[in-house]
Amino acid sequence: MQANVRPLWPPLTAGVALGLVLLMTFLLTGHGLGASGFFTALTAWLGGEIAQPAALANSYIGPYLKGGANPLATWISWEIVGVILGAAAAALSSGRFRVKLDGATKVSPGGRIAMAVGGGVLSGFGARLARGCTSGVGLSGGAPLAVAGFVFLIGFFAGGVAISRLVRRAWT
Amino acid sequence: MTFPLNDAGVASGLLCGALFGYVLENAGFANPRKLTAQLRLTDWSVFKVMFTAIIVAAIGLYIATATGLMPANGAFTPTTFFWATLLGGALIGAGMAVGGYCPGTSAVGLASGRLDGILFMIGMVLGTALFAVVFDPIKPFYLAAQGPPGQTLGALFGLPTWAVLAGLIVVAALGFAFGSWRERALGVDARDPG
Repeated sequence: MQANVRPLWPPLTAGVALGLVLLMTFLLTGHGLGASGFFTALTAWLGGEIAQPAALANSYIGPYLKGGANPLATWISWEIVGVILGAAAAALSSGRFRVKLDGATKVSPGGRIAMAVGGGVLSGFGARLARGCTSGVGLSGGAPLAVAGFVFLIGFFAGGVAISRLVRRAWT
Repeated sequence: MTFPLNDAGVASGLLCGALFGYVLENAGFANPRKLTAQLRLTDWSVFKVMFTAIIVAAIGLYIATATGLMPANGAFTPTTFFWATLLGGALIGAGMAVGGYCPGTSAVGLASGRLDGILFMIGMVLGTALFAVVFDPIKPFYLAAQGPPGQTLGALFGLPTWAVLAGLIVVAALGFAFGSWRERALGVDARDPG
């Protein structure tokens, strides 16, 4: 570890800060933070660009397109732009910014690429099924004490711990 | 002044997102080896940060509602569709175990220079498209076991909100103690920037 790389915040500090940001978001917008909604808007838009007749006819993303699917017209897309800017500021100012292929470091770069894409496929599918992701349902559903938020979190940790046992060797 | 302000503008999105991303990176959530270490039960930061954040925001919303600053239905509260919510959550957990991220943290990983973050994002677009393709056949499952709209834990258990909050604080404190004990036993430094 280089001397100019700053340590992470203690988990309790980060948790309190995240809770305050989440509370501010609720007061400002009436809803919490999210992420996967951006990828739904992006997928609908890409579908409209690449295969418009099929995308318009699709019962899931068709309604997005008929509403004039423009990812730039939704709050969550700007929120994700903000996430990237804020995280980049934190990584650069703390000396933690590094361009690299991270991930399952015990497998070859090819295997690592396949695992990153494959994990994304599971996550993208799961987020549509759950009507949101760890941020949108877990965190932002947990704060108003929604049953949905806690059902999600139980599934998230159970599924994650179970599958983690199968792929452990690729990571450590 | 009454909250929420219902601000759906560009500046509101950029501000909330920038603070969200800044905190997540400082928590170490750009690092897929740290995120998956929670699922291997060796680094308990994900549990600690998420549970603390939920409790802090829940107390804030409780106070805002109790003081009349915000109406009782002012904060969006998702509805449970039991099997879809549970299995969807499990798939996102599985996606993190395999690929190292969830949707939000993949953006944080990318912003810290990690190329696997954008690969995970490409996978998410493919997974979303796959869901759209199979949506009609799985629709009965997607809509099954719907709970009451916006049901809270207090409504489910017939408890006042303060009692639910007290219960969550107890669960979080036990999880913190257990997690910290595990980290000490395994020699894990939760603040290691690596």
